[in-house]
Amino acid sequence: MKILVCISHVPDTTTKIQFDAEGKALNKSGVTFIVGPYDEFALSRAAELKEKQGANVTILCVGKAEVDPTIRKAIAIVGDQAVRIDAEPLDAFFVAKQIAEYAKTQNFDLIMFGKESIDFNGSQVSGMVAELLDLPDISFATSIEINGKTATLTREIDGGKEEIVCDLPLVLSAQKGLAEWRIANVKGIMAARTKPIQVVQPVNIPYYTQTVKLAQPPAKQGCVYVKPDEMDKLVQILAEKGAL
Amino acid sequence: MAILVFAENVKGVYKKPTLEALSYASAVAKNLGTEVHALTFGTVANEQYQNLASYGASKIYVINHSALTQFIGPAYASGIAAVAQQTQAQMVIMPQTYNGRAVAPRVAVKLDAAMFSGVTTLVTKTGNGYEVQRSAYSLKAIETVFSNRDKLVITLKVNAYKLEKNPAAGAVENFAFEPSAKDLALKPQKVISASSKISLTEADVVVSAGRGLKGPENWGMIEELADLLGAATACSKPVADVEWRPHHEHVGQTGIQISPNIYIAIGISGAIQHLAGVSSSKTIVVINSDAEAPFFKAADVGVVGDAFQVVPALIDSIKKYKASH
Repeated sequence: MKILVCISHVPDTTTKIQFDAEGKALNKSGVTFIVGPYDEFALSRAAELKEKQGANVTILCVGKAEVDPTIRKAIAIVGDQAVRIDAEPLDAFFVAKQIAEYAKTQNFDLIMFGKESIDFNGSQVSGMVAELLDLPDISFATSIEINGKTATLTREIDGGKEEIVCDLPLVLSAQKGLAEWRIANVKGIMAARTKPIQVVQPVNIPYYTQTVKLAQPPAKQGCVYVKPDEMDKLVQILAEKGAL
Repeated sequence: MAILVFAENVKGVYKKPTLEALSYASAVAKNLGTEVHALTFGTVANEQYQNLASYGASKIYVINHSALTQFIGPAYASGIAAVAQQTQAQMVIMPQTYNGRAVAPRVAVKLDAAMFSGVTTLVTKTGNGYEVQRSAYSLKAIETVFSNRDKLVITLKVNAYKLEKNPAAGAVENFAFEPSAKDLALKPQKVISASSKISLTEADVVVSAGRGLKGPENWGMIEELADLLGAATACSKPVADVEWRPHHEHVGQTGIQISPNIYIAIGISGAIQHLAGVSSSKTIVVINSDAEAPFFKAADVGVVGDAFQVVPALIDSIKKYKASH
């Protein structure tokens, strides 16, 4: 089985987000970058599948050379090789097109993404890649079991889950639950240092969308305090806000 | 020229996210001088079609196909794109629900359109393209995004746009669509553990609790409070991790992201990862015994006090209020 896991290179979840002087991009100084937390569910499931039934796992990231350390963090969890498509990932369709161009000749059985990157939170790339490759896709997948050429998955829906059966190859986006999060062990980290990262040149297409401005969300007006023995006052506020 | 809205038929009913998408589409259509069409899969009762009409659908296309009574993302995407192409829709708008999110990227590729996901403001024409705002960096930023493509696919964040009636004709028209074998590659089996309770992502009010509750046996008062407010219940990550509460209640960075009108957080300190899932709630009420809890910085209303005293007192006050109103 050939598995492709596509990862994003994103600021650590505890980062205080600040922007450059023009307000068009993240101010990266002092920011620690990580593998997207949802991508880690996909990586962890790939590691489980590799152990259980054998698989060759490729890690893919669209980004400039600055993302190589993040790719190595991913390989430390799982990965026989990695591919970096040498372009700025500024637009979902652009990224999807780069991934699809690479994947179309590789005959992957399973292509996995996180359900969203935690920078632009778009949830777009996995569905776009599936469409470009004319493959079925399941978004917000919370489990996948593979038996021969058939996969049984669950996906998150409102208030519950739905079970779906589908033949491979397929594309999925990972939601919490797909696997237990794995932390890379020392052996994995050592091995990741020498695994090859193949650098692929991007195909030339325009960005469909552009970020015009990034700004901090409006600050809260400040907290109004209600004393614990004044619950009638809180109820009045809740009623004014439409809760009752 | 038209704006097409994917009207999500949830067991014969159009829920708030779909009506929000129609309200939003009507406002955009008014600015652009065009009209709104709705597309739905499977037939519904007449009053439901009328509901779509009253929120602005001048035409309602119905794809009624025996293979598509259950949601199948790739097939629905093909159906939506087929209608958009035939009616020359310049925009396709859908609610940012699980199903809306599943189909939107595929529709965008089929139409060679730009996609804006999770938008929070009206999309406007500017210069040679369109501009809109959305949240980014897990609610830590607001992004203004632009595209000069002539077609757009938009998902509208749930609870981000108010319901607005815009009565329109709502002429119902069958649309012949035949999914391909590839469209039907996904075989839906069964729905698991869908609770009949209020859906967390659509709830107007959410009551959420964390480690401050000390143990799963203490959730009775949280559920009672939620029932009184017609609210959904949620929890913090540590509480889901130790299985005091089911994982589908976990809101935060790696759980569900919600933006209800009112979010009531009880015994939750407000770690940055938790805020990433809830900070776009319109009003945040924090009840915590620790006056230094970081959550108070993100709160609109705060109560510094012991949950085991504050919550029962709040329940009593609500009952008193309800009895007198």
